[in-house]
Amino acid sequence: MKFRYIVAGLGSIVGIALIAIVVFLCIYAWPAVHFNGIKFLVENNWSLGNQYAEPIVKNGQQILPGENFGILFLIIGTLLSTAIAVLIAVPIGVGAALFLAEGVPPLFRSWLSFFVELLAAIPSVVYGLWGYAVVIPFLGGHVFPWTVQHLGFIPIFRGPAGSGYGLLTAGLVLALMIVPLITATVRDALVSQPRVLREGAVALGATRFEALRTVMLPSVRRVITGSTILATGRALGETMAVLMVSGNALNYLPSNIYTPISTMAAFIVSQLDSAMQDPTGMAVKSLAEVALVLCVISIIVNGCARILLYYQDRMTAGAV
Amino acid sequence: MAATAPGAEAALLHADAGAGFRRRFLDYLGWGFCGLAFVLLGGAMVWILTMVFLRGAHSISWTVLTHVTQGVGGGLLNAIEGTFLLAVGGILLAIPPGVAAAIYLAEFGTGKFAPVLRFLADVLVGVPSIVVGYFCYVTLVTDLGWKFSLAAGAIALAIIAVPYICRTSEMAIRQVPRSMREAAYGLGATDSKVALGICLPIAMPGVLTGILLALAIAVGETAPLIYTAGWSNYMWTGHFTNEPVGYLTYAIWAFITEPFASAHALAYAAALFVTMFVLIISVLARLALDENAGFRRRPGHGRDRIKFLHPR
Repeated sequence: MKFRYIVAGLGSIVGIALIAIVVFLCIYAWPAVHFNGIKFLVENNWSLGNQYAEPIVKNGQQILPGENFGILFLIIGTLLSTAIAVLIAVPIGVGAALFLAEGVPPLFRSWLSFFVELLAAIPSVVYGLWGYAVVIPFLGGHVFPWTVQHLGFIPIFRGPAGSGYGLLTAGLVLALMIVPLITATVRDALVSQPRVLREGAVALGATRFEALRTVMLPSVRRVITGSTILATGRALGETMAVLMVSGNALNYLPSNIYTPISTMAAFIVSQLDSAMQDPTGMAVKSLAEVALVLCVISIIVNGCARILLYYQDRMTAGAV
Repeated sequence: MAATAPGAEAALLHADAGAGFRRRFLDYLGWGFCGLAFVLLGGAMVWILTMVFLRGAHSISWTVLTHVTQGVGGGLLNAIEGTFLLAVGGILLAIPPGVAAAIYLAEFGTGKFAPVLRFLADVLVGVPSIVVGYFCYVTLVTDLGWKFSLAAGAIALAIIAVPYICRTSEMAIRQVPRSMREAAYGLGATDSKVALGICLPIAMPGVLTGILLALAIAVGETAPLIYTAGWSNYMWTGHFTNEPVGYLTYAIWAFITEPFASAHALAYAAALFVTMFVLIISVLARLALDENAGFRRRPGHGRDRIKFLHPR
């Protein structure tokens, strides 16, 4: 047998893993998909029903009386916390990338960049610990009361300020976790742009920052878009940090930015223990449906980002 | 370039005295924002590290390293052992398919299958770790009946680590000069001899760096292990299935929410161990890459550094 077929066969496990994840989650979640229907996505009524009652049959599935699974609050919580994170992370990430690529002496550049990128190496649960033990007391005790008092005229900043667990805290911690992805990718793209671009702009009389803003930034636009989508994907699926700072809301939608929320990823961890108590298994299968929804969303998001970035790579490779 | 020139041109056309002041002001404003962004990130990094190291240093003691967990106190020896077994086990499982895929993509990746495989590997990086964990829970823990176990946890970590090992190794093998391959083929070497005997040994520093980084990721993971490895207060007794194992990241998550000082101390100690391990590996990997940068990488070509990043 030819060597290349052996390595291709062994290597295809990498791809098969992804396909297996989707296929097995589909198969396992199928009874739940069938039972929940479209209500799964548009209602706020996750409930295991009466756990001490005899199981009944509904829609051809055996369930506990009163059992309902609607995860609209999870979808909203996931989307809102991700949106806050991305809105904060993109300007800061791009700004830091510009500073690291052009604003610091070359001698320190690589080590300063490395220091910032180490933020991406810190485990999610350590972010959660930091958020839980340090950030939440700080935000809940000092910052949120202040914003309620002084920014309360804006509806989403209106009180009650809560205890610090909630939407904005989750968004801030997520922002910090995804920023290094954006900074590193954009900085690398800026550094690898041909020097003549910037030199040409400066020769035409642009200041260094004008050269950056009008020539360098547009030339890496696609990288910024691609890395932003990748970062979005990471924020959507982030589990431990969100679990520890979001307040783990159940069945209600946020009314202001301090409201506790939950996300799909965090919900799977926080609910699996109680879902296992359901003797009909429908709760665990519905959690599999949550995982499936999350998986499909992240595959779409990451697929788009990768295609964009491949395209940019090919263009850069062609230009060099 | 044609699209970007008008911006600079317009800036030049309006270069009268008043506009000059405005331009300089905007310049300072722009640099100020960029500098502030950097300071925010650096400050957050310092803040996190200070918390982990200060509180961690107060919490570690000889007991933590030599005793197993007892309720909400005791030590973390069981968790240290479990983290080691899970991470090393996961990486060992991930190396054969990861490196094979890398060899295929770098050496023979001209067919239609290669871009598909590369794409699947890149998308697998982005699949949330909790989804991988849940997949392993429904297939291995319940359907195959392995219960919470070392094998289920290690396989979950392997699925998370394999795309990293694949992509970093591919990049390292690609950087082996073409002339080496041509010389070997010219002497009559077979495909396998060229790949395993020439390219892989030359690319070994890069491949090992990728494996080390994947190990750091495996050590820092929590979500995929909660429902695959479980938690245990005892040392591992040698069973691959039907025996839960403890691990450090679980201790961080579970013990910090307990209302006892002894539990908090364990959480901070575990955070210190995990963070130190991850940082040391990241710095070592960075040093190794810098060492190679001199002759392998084109100046200013830093795309491979993206692979440094922990995605979850």
